[in-house]
Amino acid sequence: MSRQDTPHAAQELITIRHLWAGYDHEPVLEDVNLSVKELDFVGLIGPNGGGKTTLLKVLLGLLPPMRGEVRVMGLSVEKGRRYVGYVPQSVEFDRDFPIRVWDVARMGRLGKRRLLQRYTRRDGEIVAQALTDVGMLDLRDRPIGALSGGQRQRVYIARALAAQPRILLLDEPMASVDAQVSTTLYELLGRLNERVTILMISHDMGAVSSYVKTVGCLSRRLFYHGDKQLTSDMVAAAYGCPIDLIAHGVPHRVFPEHTAPEQERPEVAHLEARE
Amino acid sequence: MINALLEALQFGFMRNALVAGALVSIACGVIGTFVVVKRMVFVSGGIAHAAYGGIGLGYFLDGRTINVCERVLNVRVNPVLGAIVFSLAAALGMGTVQRKTRQRADTLIGVMWAIGMALGIVFVDLTESYKVDLMSYLFGSILAVPRSDLLIMLALDGVVITLVALFYKELLAVSFDETFATVENVPVDAIYIILLCMIALTVVMMMRVVGLIMVIALLTMPAAISAQFVKDIGKMMVLASVLGVIFTTTGLWLSYFLNLTSGATIILVSGAVYLLSLVVTHVTGGQGDDTRTSGPESQAAEDKESALA
Repeated sequence: MSRQDTPHAAQELITIRHLWAGYDHEPVLEDVNLSVKELDFVGLIGPNGGGKTTLLKVLLGLLPPMRGEVRVMGLSVEKGRRYVGYVPQSVEFDRDFPIRVWDVARMGRLGKRRLLQRYTRRDGEIVAQALTDVGMLDLRDRPIGALSGGQRQRVYIARALAAQPRILLLDEPMASVDAQVSTTLYELLGRLNERVTILMISHDMGAVSSYVKTVGCLSRRLFYHGDKQLTSDMVAAAYGCPIDLIAHGVPHRVFPEHTAPEQERPEVAHLEARE
Repeated sequence: MINALLEALQFGFMRNALVAGALVSIACGVIGTFVVVKRMVFVSGGIAHAAYGGIGLGYFLDGRTINVCERVLNVRVNPVLGAIVFSLAAALGMGTVQRKTRQRADTLIGVMWAIGMALGIVFVDLTESYKVDLMSYLFGSILAVPRSDLLIMLALDGVVITLVALFYKELLAVSFDETFATVENVPVDAIYIILLCMIALTVVMMMRVVGLIMVIALLTMPAAISAQFVKDIGKMMVLASVLGVIFTTTGLWLSYFLNLTSGATIILVSGAVYLLSLVVTHVTGGQGDDTRTSGPESQAAEDKESALA
């Protein structure tokens, strides 16, 4: 249970202190604390209804917190979010929408341009670089509806990168892709993590790969200690899993290596077997 | 046949009608594209019907004398002006309702839709003068478009095109992904309201041509046909505008020669082409756009993706 070692005192990019948030006075998140430092790669997993989306909404300034403090780059979320590249779930989209890859990626430049201001040549270069980073420049003229799930996810990542963010915020990035594609996507994220900080949420425990540096469980409360591995009490608290798993009292290494076949999404029950 | 066409062109009303059809088609193609891709057909219907209240009010106020500060004013109100005011108010109202109360927005829009129409009817009841003309707003009267209305249409076209050109990147972003646009600090609500107001202006123009009952059809069909053949909003707008001009012109000639109601004929022409385009797309199994992937091609795309590692 060693702390994630930090080579140098990294800057804190996301700070969440005693956050309570929810809808209609009904809290979904209770007393959440989180600190994300420069070049972290944090994976938060949790069951559906555990407040993952709510946490993202708060971080993006789409939902005001009920209580507590949220800072992005030391700023309020509304100001800090221009340093955030948001990658939404690619399943929530209109396949018939007539738009090409290039135009989607270029939306990442919106925050840098004011109303009535045109995109510049520089914007074009940045968008081209972002599409190159994700290996999608060749398909720049494709309609977005003609892409596969993994390709679409890459375009969304490119769009986020076009904003030249310090932090990438990913919502269920592996939701619509198969295991093979998810491996290549993780390799992409691993490469990107050399220059940007990544915070990723997922309902799927099998989705967190070894590229993720630290993991946490979110289920109303956040169980996160900056560790590489999920501990049994984190899982237990988040998923309410069987007592005997907790009885071991030792951290379970959930995902030994990312090359392991992922045809079976490991459920909580499989954790013990994988030990 | 050609002679007959030229002969018809000698009538001022026919020339005006053709120009009106073209002017309306431009706004229709541009705004209809947003209505189709953002799935705002129902709101557009609401705005169109609420505009009827304005027409009723226009008739009610027109020709009345009112006493203001000891002075007698003779009020002259163009019903189209009333419709513009009402439809803009409806757009603002419905926009606010949609943004503020996520639930039941459709119910509220339906209610405003009905209230607008009811107000129009009641205002007309209260007006003692001649009422037959009112039907022309329900079913269109493109053959009776006066020159002054052409100027209003031209001005509205100018407003719509200018606004779309100015806010194109924001309109595109808000249509495609509102959440992302918000995160990028785009004033999403303001852009949405601007879009609704442009719909309102377009709808008022179109009422003259096909009548408010069929507004929705002419607003959506050219754009919906275009969407099947091009995969780019800009091209879709151009193609939809061109199609609109073709439909209104063809419909007008047909109605002239066959002695049919012009608005309805225009709608039937558009509808026939729309259905035909559906069949064509279905049979060819693809879209005119060569970039579409389907079947084995998309498999190849997946393979390429896996190979990218």
